Amino acid sequence: MKILKKLIGMALAAGVFISSGAFADTVKIAFIDPLSGPFATTGSNGLAEWKFAVEKLVNEKGGVLGGKKMEVVALDNKMDGKESLVQVQVAIDQGIRFIAQGNSSGIANAITDMVKKHNKRNPDKRVIFINYSAVDPALTNDKCNFWHFRFDANADIKMDAITDVIAGVPSIKKMYLIGQDYSFGKAVAAAAEKYLAQKTSIEIVGNELHPIGKVKDFTPYARKILASGADAVITGNWGADMVNLGKSLSESGYKGPVYCYYCASNGITATFGEAGKGMLHLVGEGLQNPSRPALTAYHKAFKAKYPKWDLSQPRIINAAQMLAAAINKAGTADDMVAVGKALEGMEFYSEILDTKVLMRAKDHQAIQNVHVGIHTNDDIDIDFDNSGYGIKVFKTVEMASMDSPTTCKMKRP
Amino acid sequence: MDLIIINLIDGLIYGLLLFMLSSGLTLIFSMMGVLNLSHAAFYMLGAYFAYQISTITGFWVGLIVAPLIVTVLGAGVERYGLRRVHQYGHVPELIFTFGLFFVIEELVQYVWGRNMVPYNSPESLNFIALNLAGGTIPAYKIFMLLVSVAIFVTLYYVLARTRIGMIIQAALSYPKTVEALGHNVPLVFMGVFGVGTGLAGLAGVIAGPSLTTFPGMAFLLGSIVFVCVVVGGLGSLTGAFVASLLIGWLQTFAASYNIGAGDILLAMGYEYPKDVYYHPWRDLWTLTLPQIGPILPYLLLVLVLVFRPHGLFGKRES
Repeated sequence: MKILKKLIGMALAAGVFISSGAFADTVKIAFIDPLSGPFATTGSNGLAEWKFAVEKLVNEKGGVLGGKKMEVVALDNKMDGKESLVQVQVAIDQGIRFIAQGNSSGIANAITDMVKKHNKRNPDKRVIFINYSAVDPALTNDKCNFWHFRFDANADIKMDAITDVIAGVPSIKKMYLIGQDYSFGKAVAAAAEKYLAQKTSIEIVGNELHPIGKVKDFTPYARKILASGADAVITGNWGADMVNLGKSLSESGYKGPVYCYYCASNGITATFGEAGKGMLHLVGEGLQNPSRPALTAYHKAFKAKYPKWDLSQPRIINAAQMLAAAINKAGTADDMVAVGKALEGMEFYSEILDTKVLMRAKDHQAIQNVHVGIHTNDDIDIDFDNSGYGIKVFKTVEMASMDSPTTCKMKRP
Repeated sequence: MDLIIINLIDGLIYGLLLFMLSSGLTLIFSMMGVLNLSHAAFYMLGAYFAYQISTITGFWVGLIVAPLIVTVLGAGVERYGLRRVHQYGHVPELIFTFGLFFVIEELVQYVWGRNMVPYNSPESLNFIALNLAGGTIPAYKIFMLLVSVAIFVTLYYVLARTRIGMIIQAALSYPKTVEALGHNVPLVFMGVFGVGTGLAGLAGVIAGPSLTTFPGMAFLLGSIVFVCVVVGGLGSLTGAFVASLLIGWLQTFAASYNIGAGDILLAMGYEYPKDVYYHPWRDLWTLTLPQIGPILPYLLLVLVLVFRPHGLFGKRES
C-alpha cells in the first residue's frame, strides 16, 4: 500500500514536472468570463471561439516569436465584479500577461481600473487587457488607458450605423425607444436620441426603460408601441427580455422593423424562428451572410469541433490574430509597452471577415466594417443555433465611425 | 377606449394563466398547511417536457402528455418525499419544497442547457383571431384563454358537485374523520398534490411558447403566484381566481400607461426642473408607472395583509 502511494506520488510529481515543462514556452491569454451560472452560455461560447481562433489562426500557422504556441487559460468569473478581479490577480500570479474579457461593461470597467493600477505599481509584470465585447463607450473615452484595447464596435458606433440605415428609409417617421433599465439601456437610448436628431427629422414617440428581467408579459408594452403609431423600434434588450419583446410585437400585429444589438444566437435565433423573419434588424461587426470561401471554411472547421456553438462574437478572430501580430512585431511577449505600442495604430486585414481593422491609436477603439443584417432563412449560408435562420447583411458601413471624436486623453508609458 | 378593451383581454389571458398556477398551489396549501415553494419548478418542468415532446411528435401530443408526466412526478414527490418529511412538522416540509425548487431548476439546466429553447406555438394556431383597434390577438392566446377557462370550470365542478370533490374537501378539513369513514386519505393527498403540480405543468405547457421557455422562467413567475394565493386567501379557490385576475389586470394596465410621477407633481403645482437629469429629485420626476408595475402586486400583498390578514376570500384561521 505504501509503495503504491509512493508510486502515485512520484507519477503525479512527474506529471506536474512534464506539464510545466511543456507549457513553459507558451504565450498565455487568461480568458476571464462567466463559465458557470445563468450567463455561462455566452461565456462558454466565447471561450470556444477564442480557443479555436488561437489554435487555427495562430498555432497552426507557426505560432508566435518563431514557434511559440499561444494558449487560452479559462478562468471563471461567475459574472461577478469582485470575482473577476480575483481571477485577474490569479492570472497575474501565474505569470499570464494578456487578459481577455468581454461580457458586461461593468466588469470591464473594474478590470481596466485594476490593470491600470497594477501596471503602474509593477512595471516588470505589466499586463494588457483585451476587451473583446464590452461596448460601454466610456471605456475608450473618459476611462481609457494605454493597456486597454477594444475589438468590438462600441455602442455609439453601432448606433451610428443603425441610424445611417434608418435615415435611408423614408417611411420611418415615428420611432419608439425601449430598453432595460440600467446603464447600457440608458446609453443606447441616449445615443439613439442624439444620432436621430442629427441625421433625421424622425419623431421619437416613446422613450422608456422597463425593469430588467422582471417583466413577465410584454404584451402591454407591444400594445402601447402599436398605439403610439411607431414605424420602427430600437432596443438594446438581450436575453429573454429581447425575445419576449419581439414576440409580443409580432403577435400584436406590429409590422415594422426592430433594430437591436443582441437579437441573435444563444438560443434567440432559434426561438424567434419564423416570427422574427423580416422584423429583427441586427447591428454588429462580422455578420456572416453572404459568406465568403475563407469564412465558410473557418466556420465549417469550427462547427466540426464545437457543433453546439456559433461564431457569435467574430471579433475574437481579429483579436487573436492582431495580438499575435503585435507580439511578433514587438519581438517579445514580456515587454507589454512594446506589445501595446505595436498593437496601437495597427492596421490589419481579416480575410475571414473581409474587413480592414484599425486599432485607433488615440483611444484604442477598433475601427472596422459594421453591418446591419436581417433575421431570415432565405440565402443563409451560416445559420445560428443550428436553426436554419441567420442574419443576412443588407447594409455595410465601411470603417464605421472612423473619425468619431473621443474624450480620451491617453497617458503613454 | 379600444386600448382599454384590448388591455382587458390581455390582462384576462395573463390572469387566467396565473390562476392555473395558483389554483394548484392553493389546493396543496389547504392540504399540507404549508406553501409548496417548488410549485413554479413544476411549471418549468411542464414547459421543458412539452418542448422535448413537441420536437418529436408536435405540440398537441405534448399538451396532453407533458402535464401527465408532471402529475406523476408530483405524486411521486408527495408519496416518497413529502409524506416522510410530514411527520417532522411544517418547517421541514417547507424546507423540503424550497430545496426541491433549486434541485429541479438546476436539473433542467443540466439537461436542456442554459439557453432558451425554441418551443413555439403550433402552426395550426398561427393566425390572427381578433383584430381590434389596429392591434391583433393571435389564435394561440385565445386557445390559452379557453384552456384556462375549461380548467377553472372542471375544477370547480369536480370540487363542488361530485362525490370525489366532497371527499377531497372533507379530507382537507377533517382528515381523521374521513379516514375513520373508510376513505384512503393518504391517497387523496397524493392525488391532490399530483393534480396540483400537474396543473402547474399544464400552465407551463401553454405558457412556454408565449412567455419563452428559459431557465429563469420558474423564478420569474414563482413569486407572483404566491402573491395571488395570499391575496386571494390561503386555501380559497375562488380567492385564487379573483386575485389572479386582479393581478393580471393590475400588471397589464400598469405597463400600458406611461403616467409619470412628474405628471402628478405638475398637477400638484410643482414646477418642472430645468435640467431634470441633474436635479436632486431626478429619480422622482422621471419615474413612470410601467417602471413600478412589477412591484405593485407586492404592494397589494402588503396592504391586504395589513387590512385583511385572511386575504380577500380566506376563511382559515392561521
